[in-house]
Amino acid sequence: MSDERINIPYKGTPEQESQLAELLDDYKGTKSPLIPVLEQAQEIFGYLPEKVLKTISEELRISLAKIYGVVTFYSFFSLYPKGKYNISVCLGTACYVKGSGQVYEKLQEVLGIAGGQCTADGKFSLEACRCVGACGLAPVMTVNGEVHGRLTANMVEDILAQYE
Amino acid sequence: MITVDQLKKIKEKNQDIVNFRKEGADKGKGKYRSHVLVCAGTGCTSSGSQKIADKLEQEIKAAGLENEVCVIRTGCHGLCALGPVMIIYPEAAFYSNMELEHVPEIVSEHLVKGNVVTKYLYQETVTENGIISMNQTNFYKPQHRVALRNCGVINPENIDEYIGTGGYEALAKVLTTMSREDVVKCLIDSGLRGRGGGGFPTGKKWQFAMGGAPGVQKYVCCNADEGDPGAFMDRSVLEGDPHVVFEAMAIAGYVIGANQGYIYVRAEYPIAVDRLNIALKQARDYGLLGKGIFGTDFDFDIDLRLGAGAFVCGEETALMTSIEGNRGEPKPRPPFPAVKGLFGQPTILNNVETWANIPQIILQGANWFASMGTEKSRGTKVFALGGKINNVGLVEIPMGTTLREVVENIGGGIPGGKKFKAAQTGGPSGGCISAENYDVPIDYDNLIAIGSMMGSGGLIVMDEDDCMVDIAKFFLEFTVDESCGKCTPCRIGTKRLLELLNKITDGKAEMEDLDRMVELCNLIKENSLCALGQTAPNPVLSTYKYFKDEYIAHVKDKKCPAGKCKNLFSYQIDPDKCIGCGLCAKNCPVEAISGEKKQPYTIDASKCVKCGVCISKCKKEAVYKA
Repeated sequence: MSDERINIPYKGTPEQESQLAELLDDYKGTKSPLIPVLEQAQEIFGYLPEKVLKTISEELRISLAKIYGVVTFYSFFSLYPKGKYNISVCLGTACYVKGSGQVYEKLQEVLGIAGGQCTADGKFSLEACRCVGACGLAPVMTVNGEVHGRLTANMVEDILAQYE
Repeated sequence: MITVDQLKKIKEKNQDIVNFRKEGADKGKGKYRSHVLVCAGTGCTSSGSQKIADKLEQEIKAAGLENEVCVIRTGCHGLCALGPVMIIYPEAAFYSNMELEHVPEIVSEHLVKGNVVTKYLYQETVTENGIISMNQTNFYKPQHRVALRNCGVINPENIDEYIGTGGYEALAKVLTTMSREDVVKCLIDSGLRGRGGGGFPTGKKWQFAMGGAPGVQKYVCCNADEGDPGAFMDRSVLEGDPHVVFEAMAIAGYVIGANQGYIYVRAEYPIAVDRLNIALKQARDYGLLGKGIFGTDFDFDIDLRLGAGAFVCGEETALMTSIEGNRGEPKPRPPFPAVKGLFGQPTILNNVETWANIPQIILQGANWFASMGTEKSRGTKVFALGGKINNVGLVEIPMGTTLREVVENIGGGIPGGKKFKAAQTGGPSGGCISAENYDVPIDYDNLIAIGSMMGSGGLIVMDEDDCMVDIAKFFLEFTVDESCGKCTPCRIGTKRLLELLNKITDGKAEMEDLDRMVELCNLIKENSLCALGQTAPNPVLSTYKYFKDEYIAHVKDKKCPAGKCKNLFSYQIDPDKCIGCGLCAKNCPVEAISGEKKQPYTIDASKCVKCGVCISKCKKEAVYKA
C-alpha cells in the first residue's frame, strides 16, 4: 500500500456519527459483535476511517490492535475511501478463462491506477473480485454494483464514458 | 407457533399452487390460470430479469389479467447462459434470452390469447410436433434435482410455497416420531457425504457431536462461504430455497442437542442474504424456529453471520474463529469441532448443499437416496458449469456421470467448435481433468485418484487456447493472496512456488526448476496446517502430471503452445496474406504497427504490448502468434 493514502482527512458527518452510536448501542453486550459492527460501520461511512475504528475500540472495549488485525485480514474491509464509482472486475476462474485479465489490465491502463487504488479526482476506484455469480455473462465487471457482462478490453472506454 | 396439524393444512392449501408448476399439471386447480416464473437468481438478475418481471406485471395489469395470471420471482433455473429466462405454466413454455421488448407481445399473444410465442422460446424446446418442456432438453434431461428441487419452482420469499412442497414435514417427522439415533442411522445408511469438498460422511459427523454431558451448549453451523472462484451452487440454493437449510439445521440441532445455529454467508451475496433474512422472519413468525417447535420441548434459532471476504474461512476451524469475531485463521485438529468448536463448544458444520439434501432423505428414506449415484458416493452433486462451454449454468447430476456427458451433452459442447482440453474441478484446491479421463465416472474417490477433487462443485471447462501453466499460475496467485499467513509452509511456500511458475512463463526457467517445483509442492502439501495449504499445490501437480509437455515447452523451447504467456511469443504479420488495409495499425493502442497502404504492414516487437487487438481486427487472418 502506498503511504500517501494514509493521511486522508476524516469527513464523517454528524448524521453518520449518530448512526454509528446507534449501531454500537445495538451491539454492546452481544456475543462477538466486532465483524458485524465493522461491516455496518463501513456501510455508513463508505470505508473505515481511523477515527471510527477508535470509537469502536472504546465502545466495544476491544483493542485497536486487534481491530486493525481483523480489518486488514478481510478483503471486504477498506481503510481508504473508494471512488464515486467503484469498479470491480471479476477474476473468478470462469471469467478469467474468458479474458477478464485483459479487461482488468485495460482498466488499469485507461484509468492510470493499479488495482486497489482510486483516481486522483476521486471518480473511479478499481479492484478485483472473485466471482459475482454472473458466470453466464463472463467476463463481467460491476460499477457500483451494476453488472456489465460479455466484456472485451475494447469495450472498457465506452463503459467508463457512461459514468459522469 | 403452528402445530403439525396446522402445517398439514398449510400444505394442503398450497400444494396445488406449487404442483401447477409441473408438466401436465391439473389445470383446473389453484387460483391463477397461468403462472409466470421469472428467474431472479444472481445470473439472470445481472442480465435484467427484475426489470422484465416488473414490466410483465405492468402489462398483465394493463390487460386486466392480474387476478388470472401471477408473476413469481424464483431462484435459479440453471441455464444461466440463456438468461434472463422464464417459464409459463401450464404450457411449460421456456422463454430464454428475454428482452424488455418481448414482454408486450408475450402478454398479448400468450397470456391473453393463449398462443405461445415460439420465436422467443429456447429453440431446443420447439419441435415439429409442438413445444416440449425444458425437462426434455439435453441440458435438463440427464439431471436429477434433489438439492435444487425447489429452485426455480417456488417463490423463495413465501414460506407457504415451501410448505406446499412438503417443507418442514421432515422436521415434524423427526421431532414427533424419530429418536436422535434413528435420524443418525438414516443419514449413515443413506451414504450422504459432505458436499463442501471433503466428502466426510454426514451421519458420522453428527454422531461424534451427540455425546457429552447433558446440558452442554452446542452449535450447528452452515458453511455458506462459497469462496471457490467460479462456483455458485450454494448461492443458488440460498437464493432459491432458503427454508430447506433452516429445516435441516433444526433437525441437526435436535439430534446433537443444540439450540442455536449460525449461517456463515458471504457478504458478496446480497440477494441470498436478503432472502435468508426474509425467510428467517417468516420461519420465526410460524414458530418453526424459536421456542417449543411443534409444541415439543425443542428450541432452536438461527443467526446470520456475514463473511467478510477471506477464502480461508471456508475451512471449518477458520470459519468458527471468524464467527467469534477474529481474524479467520484455522486451528490444528484435533480437537475436532464435534468436540471443541465454536466458542469452544461441540459444533457441527455442514455446507449448504449437504443441508439441502437432508429433509428429502428423512422423508423419502435412506434407501431412496442410496439408490442414486455410485457405491461410495451416493446421491447427486450440483456443479456450476463455466468457462469455455455453451450451456454455462447450474446442473445437478447423479454421482457417477462422466465428464464427457457433462461437457458434450448437458453442457452443449465447447463454443466455436474448439477442442476440449481440460476441466478444472475443486477450485484452487483441485486439479485439472484431462481428455484421457473424459469417461471416468465423476465421484469423490475417482476424482482424487486422478489428481483432482470434487470440491464444492465448480467445473470450469478449458479449450485448446488455454495454457495449463497459466491456469496453474492463476490458482497459485489466488492461494498466495488468500493464505492467512499463520503457518510458514503455506505462507512462504506458495509464494516461492508462484515465483517458480512466473520464471517458467517468463521463459527464464531451467529443467532443474521443474524438479524443484515438484519438491516444493510436496513440502507444502505435507506440512501445511489446514486444507488451504495442503491442497494449494494440486493445480500445479495435476497440470504437470497431464500436461508435462507444455511445461517442458515453456522451459526448453521457451514457447507457450497455447499462445497465452506473453513473454513467450510475438505477434507477426504474414506478408503473403496482408493486403495492407491498415486496420490493425489504426487500432493498435501503442502505434507498434506501421506500413504503407496496400503493402504488407509490420509489427515493431519492441513497442508491442501484446494486447491482441490486431489479431481480432484483421479480416484476412494475416496476424499470427509465433
